Amino acid sequence: MSLDQIVDGLSEVSCDVLVIGGGTAGPMAALKAKLKNPKANVVLLEKANVKRSGAISMGMDGLNNAVIPGYATPEQYTKEITIANDGIVDQKAVYKYAQNCFGIIEELDSFGIRFLKNENGDYAVKKVHHIGTYVLPMPNGETVKKALYRQLRRARILISNRYMATRLLKSADGRIAGAVSVNTRTAEMLVIKAKAVILCMGAAGRLGLPTSGYMFGTYENAANSGDGYAMAYHAGAALANLECFQINPLIKDYNGPACAYVAGPFGAYTANNEGSRFIECDYWSGQMMLEFYNELLSGKGPVFLQLKHLHPDTISEIESTLHKVERPTRGLFQQGRGVDYRSESIEMHISEIGFCSGHSASGVFVDDNARTTVPGLYAAGDMASVPHNYMLGAFTNGSVAGIDAMEFADSHDFAEFDAADVAMERDRVMAPTKREDGIPPNQIEYKTRRLVNDYLQPPKVTRKYELGMRRLAETREDMQERMIARNAHELLRALEVQSIMDCADMAAHASLYREESRWGLYHWRTDFPEKDNENWFCHTLLSKQDGKMTSEKRAVEPYVVPIADDEKDLYDKQRIRASA
Amino acid sequence: MPLASYQTSVPVVVDDAKCIADKGCTVCVDVCPLDVLRISDMTNKAYMAYDECWYCMPCEADCPTGAVTVNIPYLLR
Repeated sequence: MSLDQIVDGLSEVSCDVLVIGGGTAGPMAALKAKLKNPKANVVLLEKANVKRSGAISMGMDGLNNAVIPGYATPEQYTKEITIANDGIVDQKAVYKYAQNCFGIIEELDSFGIRFLKNENGDYAVKKVHHIGTYVLPMPNGETVKKALYRQLRRARILISNRYMATRLLKSADGRIAGAVSVNTRTAEMLVIKAKAVILCMGAAGRLGLPTSGYMFGTYENAANSGDGYAMAYHAGAALANLECFQINPLIKDYNGPACAYVAGPFGAYTANNEGSRFIECDYWSGQMMLEFYNELLSGKGPVFLQLKHLHPDTISEIESTLHKVERPTRGLFQQGRGVDYRSESIEMHISEIGFCSGHSASGVFVDDNARTTVPGLYAAGDMASVPHNYMLGAFTNGSVAGIDAMEFADSHDFAEFDAADVAMERDRVMAPTKREDGIPPNQIEYKTRRLVNDYLQPPKVTRKYELGMRRLAETREDMQERMIARNAHELLRALEVQSIMDCADMAAHASLYREESRWGLYHWRTDFPEKDNENWFCHTLLSKQDGKMTSEKRAVEPYVVPIADDEKDLYDKQRIRASA
Repeated sequence: MPLASYQTSVPVVVDDAKCIADKGCTVCVDVCPLDVLRISDMTNKAYMAYDECWYCMPCEADCPTGAVTVNIPYLLR
């Protein structure tokens, strides 16, 4: 029988801790859970293959948020992220990350992942942020996934590749009971009972449509279609600050990082068409993105990453990093266009929208133990609400989630779910395979994501949002009633587009709820152009209540690290002022 | 509604002379995050079955015989 042919089947297995997503946070969560209780069964479920899945498929060029003793303190980092995220931060989780991340760096080092050191043997940390120094290059960053995989094999984690989780299962009293999944190559369904579940399913990176028109030419790994956000929503978990979109400054058309974090410390900078700097700091914040957007619209664009003033040896060093790790096809792309960094600057643009707390703050709400609002359900990495947490945050918070989830599993028995929930989910999953005739998933996806661009991209206009939501509702009806999948691979895409549609609805709902502007470009509402601290200095939590999408306010927890009044708006002053 | 197929020039190219899928190798098919590579029933060699590419490179980097080349998808080249 050939791959992709649909097989009707359903089986059931059980484990103590189920980790869904084998990219960055997931492997670390699985590893820590297993080390916490070596007798327990830990299953790592992955839609692709753990060897090469997730945002760091081809590695990473460095740590963007390393809090290294001697260079930065947890207090300083917590303050910086609080300011960069416009004050809407529960500092406890950020502070805990900042305290723990150095230990994780040393652990990664023991896995064989190297970090740049200077001639004295100290970590060679670079400054990219507005205030502190946190960027640490990784000279062998292309080996990250291989190093993680070795650890997973050694710890005997049970890895299930090519299984896509579709919905979570809960008991009548609201506790997590497991998940339903489907094999992406046979469409056979697998129910996994678990005492605790950790979601590490990455960003919602296939939400907006790239301007190239190529649906898979996204900034995030295109496999990250927001399945974790959709599953958490349908399980009744709260999602925080989804209106704080992810929008990034990227290489135009290629849609990967240019990358100022790598090149900046060597003297590269973002410039307009006149060759002038216009932003104070290249760290990705909503405030910085707003200035980027303004510059593009002002007639002073295009915007470039400027390197050509640097010494040729320096450029070669930058090139060797940019063209080797994270997105190694960057070199091929530039070569195809005849761009040599020695003589030409890199044209940049603004990415499509997405959800990702790795770079902004939109994620499934978690506390400082990575717990969601559903008992026994955890989340970590790009899809959990700890802001600006990047790769090291995924590792560190994944570790926190793994340990806490195993403690939960050790003190609870399996929760019972209703078999009718599984039957209902099986019908939903398989529905596109039962139709003789209809619309293929790629057309539903293109239309949904085109509507996201047309109506939901900032600046956010209330009237546009209302129209966009109507169009999305019509497309949802087509998706539910008419979408077809003729083989298991198409079914994978059909399931992904349902996650994308849910994320589009959540993006719209959350954005209309917050009646102010905040986070620069990420939540710029033209009908409410000012920041309104009196009414909106709070989180917004979106959740499914009685089957309906609902938003509510949640107070920001009292700060652990106080912020002085004159520090609060440091990230608002991104534009370089003309000197008299 | 009837469906039509849509022509597209695919970014991942496999050199049949170097590919050892006919000897049982499935490395490129295994590692692809988007699961777009398959082994052809006719030639027993790997090929790109679905034009859904993130031009990320594991297929090329992990191929034991250097048979796989990732090109930039035409629309964004």
